[in-house]
Amino acid sequence: MIAELGLAALWLAAALAGLQLIAGALGLREGGAGMAALVRPAAVVQALLCALAFGVLLLLFVRTDLSVALVARNSHSDKPLIFKLAGTWGNHEGSMLLWVSVMALAGGLIAFLERRLPERTMIATLGAQAFVAVGFYAFLLASSNPFERLPVPAAEGMGLNPLLQDVGLAFHPPTLYVGYVGLSVAFSFAVGALLTRQVTPDFAKVMRPWVLGAWIFLTLGITAGSYWAYYELGWGGWWFWDPVENASLMPWLAATALLHSASVLASRDALRAWTIMLGVVAFSMSMIGTFLVRSGILTSVHAFAVDPERGSFILVLLAIYIGGALLLFAIRAGTIAEGERFSILSREGALVVNNVALSAILGIVLLGTLYPLLTEAFGVRVSVGPPYFNPVGAVFFLPMLGVLAIGPLLRWRRDSFERIQPSVVAIAVVGVAVLAGVYFLAGIALLPLLGMALAAAVAIGSVLPLRGRSLRRLPLPVWGMVVAHFGVAVALFGMAADTAFQQERLVAAQVGETVEDGPWSITLVSVEPVAGPNWTALEATLHARYKGGEPSVVQPQARSFWTPPQETSEAALLTRWNGQLYSVIGGEAEGGRWQLRLWWKPFVTWIWYGGVLIALGGLLALVGRLAGDLKRRSAQAQIAARRAAP
Amino acid sequence: MTYLRWVLLALVAGLFGLFAYMLAQPKDEFVHSAMIGQPIPAFDLPPAVADRPGLSNRDLADGQPKLLNVFASWCVPCAAEAPNLAKLEAAGANIVAVAIRDRPEDVARFLEVYGNPFSRIGKDDISAVQLSIGSSGVPETFVIDGEGVIRHQHIGDIRDSDVSVLLAELREAGA
Repeated sequence: MIAELGLAALWLAAALAGLQLIAGALGLREGGAGMAALVRPAAVVQALLCALAFGVLLLLFVRTDLSVALVARNSHSDKPLIFKLAGTWGNHEGSMLLWVSVMALAGGLIAFLERRLPERTMIATLGAQAFVAVGFYAFLLASSNPFERLPVPAAEGMGLNPLLQDVGLAFHPPTLYVGYVGLSVAFSFAVGALLTRQVTPDFAKVMRPWVLGAWIFLTLGITAGSYWAYYELGWGGWWFWDPVENASLMPWLAATALLHSASVLASRDALRAWTIMLGVVAFSMSMIGTFLVRSGILTSVHAFAVDPERGSFILVLLAIYIGGALLLFAIRAGTIAEGERFSILSREGALVVNNVALSAILGIVLLGTLYPLLTEAFGVRVSVGPPYFNPVGAVFFLPMLGVLAIGPLLRWRRDSFERIQPSVVAIAVVGVAVLAGVYFLAGIALLPLLGMALAAAVAIGSVLPLRGRSLRRLPLPVWGMVVAHFGVAVALFGMAADTAFQQERLVAAQVGETVEDGPWSITLVSVEPVAGPNWTALEATLHARYKGGEPSVVQPQARSFWTPPQETSEAALLTRWNGQLYSVIGGEAEGGRWQLRLWWKPFVTWIWYGGVLIALGGLLALVGRLAGDLKRRSAQAQIAARRAAP
Repeated sequence: MTYLRWVLLALVAGLFGLFAYMLAQPKDEFVHSAMIGQPIPAFDLPPAVADRPGLSNRDLADGQPKLLNVFASWCVPCAAEAPNLAKLEAAGANIVAVAIRDRPEDVARFLEVYGNPFSRIGKDDISAVQLSIGSSGVPETFVIDGEGVIRHQHIGDIRDSDVSVLLAELREAGA
């Protein structure tokens, strides 16, 4: 019965989304106030029903209800509870249900809370949100029903892909999804604003927390995904320019640009049409990314639902939503009045540079991701990888970082170079000093060298706005900017240091043998079989000494899972503040030797510390904005109460 | 700026056209050799077993079209295609082979169990020849004409229905 309850809730939610769309469309017409009054309640109830459906699917996975096809295909009664939960979204149907649930919850929240914009714009926004939701409900119910029953319950589940049985992965997809789908709110606000031609600073202020929230989740999701790929795949790399990684990076780039342009619109009423376009593009990138992954049109490790029929369905949806929104934009953008003007040397000017550079990088990543598809249509197979993405992306990324170091020092509207000259000189001196120092001491390749110099410059530039200000009275959003920009410097330093200084050893070692890797000497102590809940493994015990110090134990494993049968390698990491020792055990080599792969990766962890700092900066800004909104709201309520009193 | 918006829309429309077209195409997971139509690169491999000579590119340009089979004793589909290689040999095909990353005793045992249709077997311990002719796995079978030019590539094991196809390709290469 439980599965049927979930399915019923899903159908009802879909029907309410239909009602919300129709009521929204009719409510926008003359005398449609009665209809318009339906929109908000419909959105709230839809959100509750959808949350109920998702809760039901979670429950089915926790109980391992093997009469449900999805559970039987993706779970197993032996699995630890956390991975049973993760199984809910570690598959096509469940992740699509998560998608619509997040979207419905976001829509419900706006409907329940948001009162600042003109009601017509809100009705149009919620109508647009329902328009997008209806398509995804149709997709779920028509071709990806998560609650489908088996005619005969299965005796045992088929398990979850062993690579995915990892705590990091339990949280990586939902985090990214909240980010992807959170951008749907920006999309709906943009469409709503286009429909009613109301592009105002208020619009940007209302949209901004949603973009910030989505962007925080995307940042965390990408950071976690990168770390997961790093330690779980056992290849020692942290970014592979895989289509799916690109699919998550593209919405992040668009959202980052949107975040900055929305702040220009909110503070200065400029960049109106551009902000609207980014709102459309950001969610479009989420949808295109999801499509590329789910349709199997691109070959990728992440493609878990290769099904052309589903691909066609999503493609039609995308064509309607993205094409429709861009068409609306093309028709209406001319009628949006131009915003305030500003001089090039101003905060707005720097943010425009940031936006142009981010958009260019977005274009480069999109082109690189789609190029193999394009050439394949003409019968030529190519693969595009780091030799394209790294240098071409760097052409825009590195100058953008230069502007990032200076931009926050500039004043809005107009500034003079004389005013910021001391700060610019300080930043430049630090950058050049690091550049020269690293070049003469280490003589590393150009890209990591520039990366290190810019990391130093950005680190200095990011904290300079604190100078001469009372740290206690500094608004939280400014703290957020400082922390996030500093995080960029930290992550960039980690990337450059790991690229330039990592040391790899691949050896066939006997038990008792000692291997040198960079500052480490590593002794292979033993290789023993071990067993886990649903796997067995060969586990090597290594004693690693950093510069002849005390030995630490690391134990990499080569694991064999039995549901489904698959081999994975569990890398073992030894983390110091200045980097990580990364060890992998391979198979047995000839003569009782064991293949060991060892990497010394200086400062590699700083990449993810930086990612977390960037997200933390976003969180500070979000909390600051929301607290500000609440304060304003209670002040307005007080004024209203005082007026009402005699 | 006005028409730029329409350009954006047109680009997106083109993108969706491409997606739709590619979705309709059957998915081809094979990596085809870029060397088809090219003369085989120079190589000289030592014999993989005692009772057959090794293989060089000159042996492939002796005027007679040949089948070049890329195999290994550790490869299960290679064992599966053995009966069909025997059929091809019985139909008059001259088959030469390259054994990939293998030990002589293992190759000898493999040929003892599954039969030896090969006139020459070269020993390629580092997959050098395999890579140079654009083969990405085992087994693969190439049709080489009398001048040593690669005419056709068959990826995967040779099924019953592939025998006549390979014989036809071989006849065409001889013409």
